[in-house]
Amino acid sequence: MSRLTPCFDALRSSGRKAVIPYIVAGDPTVASTVPMLHRLVAAGADVLELGVPFSDPMSEGPVIQRGHERALANSVSLTQVLAMVVEFRQQDQTTPVVIMGYANPVERMGYAQFAAECAAAGVDGLITVDLPPEEVGPLNAELQKVEIDNIFLISPTTPAQRIGTITANASGFIYYVAVKGVTGAGHLDSSDVGMHLDLIRAETALPICVGFGIKDAESATSVGAMADGVVVGSALIDTMTVAMESGSSLDVGVEKAVTLLGSIRSGIDNM
Amino acid sequence: MTDMISPNLFASVPDPDGRFGPYGGKFVAETLMSALADLEVIYRELSCDPDFQREFDSDLAHYVGRPSPLYEASRMSDAIGGGRIFLKREDLNHTGAHKVNNTIGQALLAKHMGKKRIIAETGAGQHGVASATVAARLGLECHVFMGAEDIKRQSLNVYRMKLLGAEVIPVTSGSKTLKDAMNEALRDWVTYVDNTFYIIGTVAGPHPYPMLVRDFQSVIGREARRQSLAMTGKLPDALVACVGGGSNAIGLFHPFLSDESVAMYGVEAGGHGVETGQHAAPLSAGTPGVLHGNRTYLMQDPNGQIMETHSVSAGLDYPGVGPEHSWLKDIGRVNYVAANDDEALAAFHHWTRTEGIMPALETAHALAYAEKLAAEMTPDQNIIVNLSGRGDKDILTVAAIEGIEV
Ligand SMILES: Cc1ncc(COP(=O)(O)O)c(C=O)c1O
Repeated sequence: MSRLTPCFDALRSSGRKAVIPYIVAGDPTVASTVPMLHRLVAAGADVLELGVPFSDPMSEGPVIQRGHERALANSVSLTQVLAMVVEFRQQDQTTPVVIMGYANPVERMGYAQFAAECAAAGVDGLITVDLPPEEVGPLNAELQKVEIDNIFLISPTTPAQRIGTITANASGFIYYVAVKGVTGAGHLDSSDVGMHLDLIRAETALPICVGFGIKDAESATSVGAMADGVVVGSALIDTMTVAMESGSSLDVGVEKAVTLLGSIRSGIDNM
Repeated sequence: MTDMISPNLFASVPDPDGRFGPYGGKFVAETLMSALADLEVIYRELSCDPDFQREFDSDLAHYVGRPSPLYEASRMSDAIGGGRIFLKREDLNHTGAHKVNNTIGQALLAKHMGKKRIIAETGAGQHGVASATVAARLGLECHVFMGAEDIKRQSLNVYRMKLLGAEVIPVTSGSKTLKDAMNEALRDWVTYVDNTFYIIGTVAGPHPYPMLVRDFQSVIGREARRQSLAMTGKLPDALVACVGGGSNAIGLFHPFLSDESVAMYGVEAGGHGVETGQHAAPLSAGTPGVLHGNRTYLMQDPNGQIMETHSVSAGLDYPGVGPEHSWLKDIGRVNYVAANDDEALAAFHHWTRTEGIMPALETAHALAYAEKLAAEMTPDQNIIVNLSGRGDKDILTVAAIEGIEV
């Protein structure tokens, strides 16, 4: 079974919220990814989201787009991303890992092989931005055989009557996209988030995590008060790349991103 | 080939989920799903509304200048000495290409949906110009996404769009061509989905776009069918059209699909040669995958990354193709072939000199193939080529390739 449900059960019973960092596998280097995942866990990450680089990341803003471009310049493939999970699992058997990406690399590998390799690598869940419930049937059938969770996005434009269709296909948790737009864009409106979380809760008992638009401890706590967890991506990658572009070493860049995650962790724990 | 295909088959696609066999569908982020559903509902309603049809037909007649003529290219046909070549003159449309048939239709949808802002992606700039044109006419705000590479090679069209009041947004990500322009347009649409109508320029993208663009462009084939019967007393033996995303090709082919005697050829961009890997011919040399909202043949590497394409013509420089073409390929109804850069450039000159018609470089790919096909046919056989656009926009490109300063 996936590690996600036990993880969220434990968080719930101790009254804590999940902090979920997102990084792109192989960005900025292939060698930096697994050590960075361990450091994020040490800084308080409960679940890890690992982005699979894609040539056409249609839902990403400029910060994460460039992460995908850097990773592709390092020739990172889906196979290699799974190998990174294998390596991560050598030291960490408990932290859930979710793979996030786009449909085509998975299509190309083939659904059955993908599911089998994810299971063998120790992947717990999958988020595929461009596989809505209407298109997910055949992949879900394969994922269910190996008990890997499929996590769906719900957005501010999702009509109330559609939420049930999505939650019926979902397991692990629900990912609520807090802004209309690409990753890293805009600023989120907490009252709107609250309203949508209520609509989703009416349909499912799954935990709900909120992402897109969470930049710091303040935005994380305002959302964390309502949700079961927060996802932080662009802010981490931006912190790391801005540091490196202004001359810091890779290690210092990673350290700054990890520190930001730590401040979000303590902000949420002390709210 | 088509023995087992019943005429109803072609009317049955796409199915209610937007599928053409295994191709098509709606592979987009959740944020866009309700916008696509709204568009589908409005389109299904309006497409059977006689008032909407009248409005569309009237705009095509009085604004675009339809019907476009079917012209027998006698001098070229005589020179080849084989099949007779007829040109469906989409170059004579307002704005100079077939693209405007679709933008007129989608702009009417935008108007009925009360959207005040339109966005479009463009490669050659023809679809951008056609979108900027309808936006000017309806007083809508217009933003056109165009790859930085294409902005360089289609500078005349960029200036045309600006004159029409559109904002042209250079796209510098990825290969800086049409595919990246489409990524950026989708990102914009996700962000401004409430007030924005996305006018997709070809039969690609998520359902219902491949269906509605096909329906709007099918005016080409309906006219050509009537014109052929009136001029020659029979249906053509073959149809030829270039295929970028595939809108001018499906527009010509669709009304003939059930006519078993009519052979069809879709001509992709062979670039430096399909065997070199530097081309834009996914149907000739690609594999199925998912990009820009639909499942279709793509140019991709073994890891599912989309590959960079090459074509001398910006409008064909796209790694995917409309899903209906993928299906028509698999069932064997349409033959997909390729013409290389060199062949297209030669045809550009040959047709300009022989018929006094300067084709777009996109169209020149279809003409290059039509010359070969005609040579294998007899004078009692007719070919209709979709002359999808005029070549004015390409004059500077051709001059630059030939080292001529204008
Ligand atoms: C004149 C002309 N023909 C053909 C095309 C290719 O598009 P499609 O395959 O959708 O007809 C373009 C695209 O820009 C064009 O400008």
